[in-house]
Amino acid sequence: MSAPALAAARPPLSHAGWVQAWPIYPLLLFVAALFVYPVAQILVLSVFDTSGHLSAENYRHILITPVYLQTLLITFEIAGWTTVLAMLAGYPVAYLLANTGARARDTLTLLVLMPFWTSFLVRTFAWMILLGRNGAINRLLLALGITDAPVSLIFNFTGVMIGMVHAMLPLGIMAMLSVMQGIDTNLVKAARSLGARGGQAFWRIYFRLSLPGVAAAGLLVLITALGFFITPALLGGRREIMLSQVIITVIQELLNWRFAGALSVLLLAASGLVFFLYDRVLGMSSLSGGIAAAEPSGGNRQSVIASAASVVGERLIAALGWLTDRFGEVVEFVVRPRVERPQRGLARIVLWVVALMIIGFLCLPSLFVIPVSFTSGSFIEFPPEGFSLRWYQTYLGSSGWVDATIRSFIVATGTAVLASVLGTAGAFALVRRRLVGRAAILALVLAPLVLPRIIIAVALFYLYARIGLVGTILGLVLGHTVLAVPYVVITVMAVLKIYDERLDQAAWSLGASKLRTLIHITLPQIRGGMVAGFLFAFITSFDDLTIALFVTGGGTSTLPRQMWNDLLLQVNPTLAAVSTVILVFVTVFVITAEMLRRRAVSR
Amino acid sequence: MPAAASPQSSPAKTKLSIRGAAKTYGSVVALAEASLELAEGEFLTLLGPSGSGKTTLLMMVAGLVPPSAGEIWIDGKLATYAPPDKRDIGIVFQNYALFPHLTVYENIAFPLRMRRRRAADIDAEVKRVLEIVQLPQLGQRLPRELSGGQQQRIALARCMVYRPSIILMDEPLGALDRQLRDQMQLEIKDLHSRLGITVLYVTHDQEEAMAMSDRICLMSHGRIEQIGTPQELYFRPKSVFVAKFLGESNIFDATVVQAGEPMTLRGPGGVAIRARGNAPVESGAAVKVMIRPERLHLLSDGETAENMAVGTLRETVFVGGVVRRFVRLANGVELSLKELSADAAEALHPGAETRIGWSSAHTLVLRHADGSP
Repeated sequence: MSAPALAAARPPLSHAGWVQAWPIYPLLLFVAALFVYPVAQILVLSVFDTSGHLSAENYRHILITPVYLQTLLITFEIAGWTTVLAMLAGYPVAYLLANTGARARDTLTLLVLMPFWTSFLVRTFAWMILLGRNGAINRLLLALGITDAPVSLIFNFTGVMIGMVHAMLPLGIMAMLSVMQGIDTNLVKAARSLGARGGQAFWRIYFRLSLPGVAAAGLLVLITALGFFITPALLGGRREIMLSQVIITVIQELLNWRFAGALSVLLLAASGLVFFLYDRVLGMSSLSGGIAAAEPSGGNRQSVIASAASVVGERLIAALGWLTDRFGEVVEFVVRPRVERPQRGLARIVLWVVALMIIGFLCLPSLFVIPVSFTSGSFIEFPPEGFSLRWYQTYLGSSGWVDATIRSFIVATGTAVLASVLGTAGAFALVRRRLVGRAAILALVLAPLVLPRIIIAVALFYLYARIGLVGTILGLVLGHTVLAVPYVVITVMAVLKIYDERLDQAAWSLGASKLRTLIHITLPQIRGGMVAGFLFAFITSFDDLTIALFVTGGGTSTLPRQMWNDLLLQVNPTLAAVSTVILVFVTVFVITAEMLRRRAVSR
Repeated sequence: MPAAASPQSSPAKTKLSIRGAAKTYGSVVALAEASLELAEGEFLTLLGPSGSGKTTLLMMVAGLVPPSAGEIWIDGKLATYAPPDKRDIGIVFQNYALFPHLTVYENIAFPLRMRRRRAADIDAEVKRVLEIVQLPQLGQRLPRELSGGQQQRIALARCMVYRPSIILMDEPLGALDRQLRDQMQLEIKDLHSRLGITVLYVTHDQEEAMAMSDRICLMSHGRIEQIGTPQELYFRPKSVFVAKFLGESNIFDATVVQAGEPMTLRGPGGVAIRARGNAPVESGAAVKVMIRPERLHLLSDGETAENMAVGTLRETVFVGGVVRRFVRLANGVELSLKELSADAAEALHPGAETRIGWSSAHTLVLRHADGSP
């Protein structure tokens, strides 16, 4: 046999799995260096005392000082109520989205996601305008004569709840929606044809099957809410102080790394406890699986608690069905349905009204910053006093604000580029290559989404402090990329999974090299996912306060950091002008990207 | 069941009556006014290509799509806009729609629980129908643990357990493979005749429709083309659409030369054709002539037939039990013939000159599409 024939008969060296997996390596290296290492270090730090000896001193301090455990309880109280309210308000919206035409769904989804795109600080600021003692809502209530004196809606538990539910609703709705869309619409029809009235059909079949979605959404919201600090800091009172806020204080005022590490462990343990309980009662598999997870015989390893819960649950569901139907009968007694006339879908109308009210709650508040920014007065007021551009002049005339704006753009662009490169390559390896420990790698890459951001921020601060990256743009870009890269991985993986690999094989067979196939065939097809990933990354960076809080110094602020300072110290109409600019910019940005994406898809 | 042996001499009771039911979405007509009656114990199939309106019609009967006009009567009661749970119907969905979180037993018990039946009754009834569908041992399984055929039977059992007036089936065998489908056709047919249930069935598969139905309602473009027994539709189609949809057919243009019995027509190239047993058509009318391939045969030397044509054999295809031949007539018309392989004459080579013959009784004269000339 001749030599070339031999070569062709032997698999080339590069077929070895670990070589083939190369696109994952830059991402893994990055995550290891800027996420795993610093976070591990800050956690390990917590078990050492100031002299560098192994010690439980930090934890003892937490245990003997009542304020920390109290904070932990309040953290759970706030996060727990946020979850309950977000689930209650989110369910009807998710239900409507899952059970309406494609066009209405697209429009409503855009509206639901609107607050998600809007800067977190802008949203919180909008609530301050609305809820304040002289805010829009109180003025309305007074004008209508509903109350004699202003109601206190802000700087207390109510304010925190409004802000947090508003922040968490989009996440909850989208998580529930993904399960609801997997529910076969024929099932409810079948139940109706088998003699179930509307109430029984909904509760026993639809609601029962949507429960895994509710549970997954609840877990997601609860875990995210545990790490919050912006909303309680700006909308809460003296009592509403969450664990993350304490960590910030410990770092910013005491610079006590070890104690901050111990508090981070406490926060992590809290998240871990939630995961553990969730797994005990519902099973972790219900996170990934839609309908399959809804089935009771999750089988062999069903715990006693779980089976008891399921018996009680089934009874409760049947009772809810019965109640709904009795209520339906009362309604039918008033508005009697007739077989010779089309039925009026009363339930449907109620659903639309409720869902639209909740969607209104989601998208309208941010808009209040716009009129306020044009006030000619010196205070934040709604309705604003007169009309002027003076606060825009203040904004553009201040070098602090302008520098922060420019810096935010540079950092966000850098983050989006870096995250796109690392994330896209990683997504390719995760979808296309056979990786050893694929699930573990994916979990690791996505971990920054679940881990409370404040812990990452503290960990990076500690790392940066030693290598001189504090106050640098590079430091910000690297830190934001840790947060942003999971979004790119998720969105690009999603499009790659549905991408028909035979198109690539066709291109190779037609004579294109692997590189040219990638450039001319694969990338153009997955552009939609890449654009979405880029966008997510950009917005994540543009909106981030947590990392900026530690990594930026006085002269190196980003826009959110600058806003945060003003919100804490002196709320003024410049903030409204800045907020309006951000709002308009982000909206235009998102719509342009969406149009580009649609054009790419339709072509 | 001696359902047919009712003391009254009147025809079987009408279980379903659809009177001028129509469905429009804006300006789109999904179903033009349709009327249909279904007798007790009857198996009627709505047959048609996708978009023909058959599923719309079924969903109207089910109460899942409100009609834009017309009336629907079920078991002598007006039910046009009644909700599905007040109609006394059962539906077998295409994907079965078994509740994934309930066991087989609980799936079947569901309609009885909704009717607040006593626990002992429920148990007895569920066991009874599980016996009927021959799956008594599967009660505690979950739907996803069953094969496609088993799911199908459970869906049927869930429908039968509360003895609805009518069972509606929406392409229930669509998801099964060929062999299982043939088997399930027989089983459903057997259950139907054994239990005397009334079935309204939807399919796009003509063979399935012919094999199972007492009557077929053939639909296209939101309209009913023809209602009749499978034999009527096959042997006496009223339109070109029906002739083409059911079985294979040779169709060509012709002009009526002389009306009457037999009718004389002039086919392509001036060939004279005689036809019997057709609805009267006036002389001079332009019509279509339809002949089934199995009604055409090759004539041997000296043999004659009522109708004859000369052509060239283009191809012979052996497909197991039958042989197909394709013949091009001198006037350019292509005809296909079908004969049993066992009867096929000596090997004919493509290009051979052949003579074709057929009976006047097998010559169908069709008005142009939709019966209008």
